[in-house]
Amino acid sequence: MKVDLYNYILGIADNSLILGQRLGELCGHGPNLETDIACTNISLDLLGQVRSYYQYAAKIKNDNSTEDDIAFLRKERDYVNVLLVEQPNTDFAYVIVRQFLFDTFYYEFLNELQKSHDVTLAAIAHKSIKEVSYHQRFSSDWIKRLGDGTSESHQKVQAAVNDLFMYTDELFHQTDADIAMIADGIGVDTGLLKANYYSKITKILEEATLQVPEHKYFHKGGKQGIHTEHLGYLLADMQYMQRTYPNMEW
Amino acid sequence: MGEEKIKNLEEQFEARILRDEKIEPKDWMPEKYRKTHIRQISQHAHSEIVGMLPEGNWISRAPSLRRKVALLAKVQDEAGHGLYLYSACETLGISREELYEQLHTGKAKYSSIFNYPTLTWADMGAIGWLVDGAAIINQVPLCNTSYGPYARAMIRVCKEESFHQRQGFEIMLKLSEGSEEQKTMAQDALNRWWWPSLMMLGPTDAESVHTEQSMKWKLKRKTNDELRQQFIDQTVPQADLLGLTIPDPELKWNETTGHYDFGVIDWDEFWQVVKGHGPCNKERMKARVDAWDNGAWVRDAAVAYAEKKQERKEKKAV
Amino acid sequence: MKKNWPLWEVFVRSKNGLEHRHFGSLHAADEEMALENARDVYTRRNEGVSIWVVESKHITASNPEHNGELFEPAQDKIYRHPTFYELPDEVKHM
Repeated sequence: MKVDLYNYILGIADNSLILGQRLGELCGHGPNLETDIACTNISLDLLGQVRSYYQYAAKIKNDNSTEDDIAFLRKERDYVNVLLVEQPNTDFAYVIVRQFLFDTFYYEFLNELQKSHDVTLAAIAHKSIKEVSYHQRFSSDWIKRLGDGTSESHQKVQAAVNDLFMYTDELFHQTDADIAMIADGIGVDTGLLKANYYSKITKILEEATLQVPEHKYFHKGGKQGIHTEHLGYLLADMQYMQRTYPNMEW
Repeated sequence: MGEEKIKNLEEQFEARILRDEKIEPKDWMPEKYRKTHIRQISQHAHSEIVGMLPEGNWISRAPSLRRKVALLAKVQDEAGHGLYLYSACETLGISREELYEQLHTGKAKYSSIFNYPTLTWADMGAIGWLVDGAAIINQVPLCNTSYGPYARAMIRVCKEESFHQRQGFEIMLKLSEGSEEQKTMAQDALNRWWWPSLMMLGPTDAESVHTEQSMKWKLKRKTNDELRQQFIDQTVPQADLLGLTIPDPELKWNETTGHYDFGVIDWDEFWQVVKGHGPCNKERMKARVDAWDNGAWVRDAAVAYAEKKQERKEKKAV
Repeated sequence: MKKNWPLWEVFVRSKNGLEHRHFGSLHAADEEMALENARDVYTRRNEGVSIWVVESKHITASNPEHNGELFEPAQDKIYRHPTFYELPDEVKHM
């Protein structure tokens, strides 16, 4: 099995899975019907991408694993999503800021992944980037609305930015699998995206009259499977059926 | 307007409906027509959005990715259907906010079936199969109702809903082909959802206050009892196919009538739930009120931003 | 502050070559949001290739009470229709 490629795919797909799961929790509880429907669309896009990635990963694993085995039957430490996407839906500001900080990265990432020497990944990236381009527009627009809306919304969204900003640096961390795949021309050298990422989010945050936090510290660990406490609860919920009723078809 | 003139207008109005003409928002209509339609359409819309909650419960726990996206898309459709229906209702001169207010204060009703809890995954199957099945029977005739915006909304709703019942039946089918545990889960869900689904089609004709007027305005094409019979007749063979037993010892095919006879419905339970004493009435309403209240600052922010943007645009133009 | 999102009307072109058709309404705070919401609400099933949104208050509608004077006068102008003119059967393609 191509271990590095397999791990590399999980590194991309787990982000979409966990963020899709978080957005799914919101369905029916949004601030307005229209917004509820929009957030669900993003969740559906991400979960659709997840299926393509995991189906490909399952093929590489080549031991009769299915997309669902990969999605539902790993242990806490085996999920390699970044910490940002597992942060809870504290309020709509956190939902939007989390989305914005992720979308901006993911768009740049997919843009490069389209050039991957791995044709399957390039094809998934090519399809996904249109979806993510829309997500990015949606979340950026909302950052501006909330930042430059009322003083209450400004305060709330600034609080979310201050809290979530410390998870952004991890987006650019490279695991061993990342480094191996970059060397093979399959993976994206995220180091090259970093400057552009921060200048893009700075531009939008400033347009939204928000302060870019001057953090000297960042949290990381998700890509090594060392998560925040939030992930355990998310997995307990997500894996409930598979764990309670093992080896059944649904 | 003189009484004579109103009477005249009313006669013309009823004649138009009788000729199968549609009524459109700006047309003259009797006040009672307007009020009845606001009540029925908003009740329908409220049912869609409260109906998101029992199924929404299981989105995070869906047992496979395929099931997760299907359920998510289905619950999202319900939001869409609520939206179409609220929009239709708004053409009658009432705002969505006022309609929410009626829901949140308990003044407006919604389908009482959504006050039952979803306890297992099989409930996702049973809801799709039975609740959506009963809903379709109610809804298809409304595509032809006399009020144009309502009829158009219903056409869109029915078109989109065609996958909902299949989605539920497929879940039931998979369970009934599965392990003993899964079969038991499916049977248990049928046991719990069967009677509430029958109640969902409304009180018996003898008790129903609105039927006659509603028939005239094509808000109803068949009586509650006829719809219920139709639902039972079409559902029993489906239960057989699943190898599940309908929890009604008196259920039996009647050669003479060509319909199934069935047992007595516990209408006390129905009225209890309608009056707010069902298992989940409080939770459902709290979830709706919380979503709306917690979203207030978001909605306000969007309005404030839009106003600022407009001001900046105007300043630039000067 | 208690201001609600205004109502918008949504028009969708299902495919190039067809006209935009009224699909329904929705609420949005501004035109960008109205477009985004229209996309998310009314084109979930691949129903469109182009969207127009217009705030409902900007639509001027005719009054049904004037339907008589507005539309009935056109009813007897049958000479505007080809069937009004009698031609011998031998004339084809006209």
